[in-house]
Amino acid sequence: MTMPYYVSPEQLMADKAEFARKGIARGKSIVALEFEGGVLLMAENPTDLSKCGEIYDRIAFAGVGKFSEFDHLRKIGVRFADTKGYAYSREDVRARSLANAYSQAVGEVFTREMKPLEVELLVVEVGDDRFVGHEHNAIYRVKFDGFISDHKGFCAIGGSVEDVERVLQDSYRDGLPAGEAASLAKRALESGANGSSSLGVTDLEVCLLDRSREGRKFVRLSADQVRQMLDG
Amino acid sequence: MRFWNTYSGSSFIELLKSEQPELLPRFSGELQELSAQVPHGTTVVAFKFDGGVVVAGDRLATAGMQVASRDVQKVFRTDSHSMMAISGAAGPSIEMARILSVELEHYEKIEGEPLELEGKANKLSQMIRQNLPAAMQGLAVIPLFAGFDTRRKAGRLWKFDVTGGRYEETEFDATGSGGLFARESLKQSWRPNQTKSESIASAVAALTAAADEDRATGGVDLQRGIFPIVMCASDSGIEQIPESDIEAAYRSMLEDSADRGAAS
Repeated sequence: MTMPYYVSPEQLMADKAEFARKGIARGKSIVALEFEGGVLLMAENPTDLSKCGEIYDRIAFAGVGKFSEFDHLRKIGVRFADTKGYAYSREDVRARSLANAYSQAVGEVFTREMKPLEVELLVVEVGDDRFVGHEHNAIYRVKFDGFISDHKGFCAIGGSVEDVERVLQDSYRDGLPAGEAASLAKRALESGANGSSSLGVTDLEVCLLDRSREGRKFVRLSADQVRQMLDG
Repeated sequence: MRFWNTYSGSSFIELLKSEQPELLPRFSGELQELSAQVPHGTTVVAFKFDGGVVVAGDRLATAGMQVASRDVQKVFRTDSHSMMAISGAAGPSIEMARILSVELEHYEKIEGEPLELEGKANKLSQMIRQNLPAAMQGLAVIPLFAGFDTRRKAGRLWKFDVTGGRYEETEFDATGSGGLFARESLKQSWRPNQTKSESIASAVAALTAAADEDRATGGVDLQRGIFPIVMCASDSGIEQIPESDIEAAYRSMLEDSADRGAAS
């Protein structure tokens, strides 16, 4: 008779975490940065497959790791937000509740499935001055095990995130103009050991949550618009 | 929110059907004639102009022989380049415009690019077909759909029937209880490639003609300061014409007919 082998829960979790961390560490980084006009998302991504996306009027998404997994998470986020906004009102769709839902869903896969999700997510929300209590921006990060944290000013996810965050920590200040914010985000990405040390505009995927827009505030910038933003 | 075993397509309506069917509007079931009890919207028009397409609607809603609302909205922006104007039962129509705009936005976010204008019109025709049982009880939804086709660089418009039949119009159309009179007016005033300001005048004239002959159509109400809603779709998106421009067009129309000594 073969004996079922025993693995302690600690060992099981540690192994899964190790597996997920390895998958994520291979990838490049994404930076979210608050600036004067809203929130900026910048990813090193020369391909057509987007890592950042629109969720709702004031909410955007970014994911690193395995594309099929985080893109699926982006889509279920859109479904979650659109259903909520249709059932209640558009202002009821908030990043905190979405980030919590992500944390639950990702955490559940981590504990119940053999293979954890090899992803790390950002959920960002831009404030709107017209609604009392909605004025502030919000940045949430959700890790592969469902661990959720909120961040002020900036946050980075992905491979060589320590190097990237060091640059941001040194140079970030509140209310940066758009051009300076974009340059800082680019410089931070270039410092990551996984990425290339000199990024051109076509290597970057840049999205904004533009505070000044009415309704849907998410904008994806073209290479020309990124160049303009970096120049000025 | 679950990661596995969830709906995985691009349609918001199908998502609701599979995950939360209680949220879908469904108006049929009771075998009762409801048309006299619920508000109905009346005249809406759509026509092409130089830079795209114009959609306009009066503001009156009636329930049976009574006024239900004097400032109801019948022209809706459904996305950045498309519009829907409703006539028929106000409740189901407004809900249909709302769910269509969520559907279009949802598709665009999931797929990463918007539907073609023709695809949007087709989706609307499926929604009208679904509403057929309710239409049999007097809750018909008969909209106009119009928008700027960003690939063909042209304004386009469609009319529908209660079975979801979809007909593309090349010049203009009007629907609702005063639709016949609005169409007659457009037949006189409409010219191919007319400018935006000529188009505002055409829209105001058509709705005024409809209001004159059809008691359920509102027209311009200077006394209360209620004006039709006029929107136009062009390459740069949807623009709602300010009330001041509509008032100016109406006043100049009144002056013209006074000059002619005619009763407008």
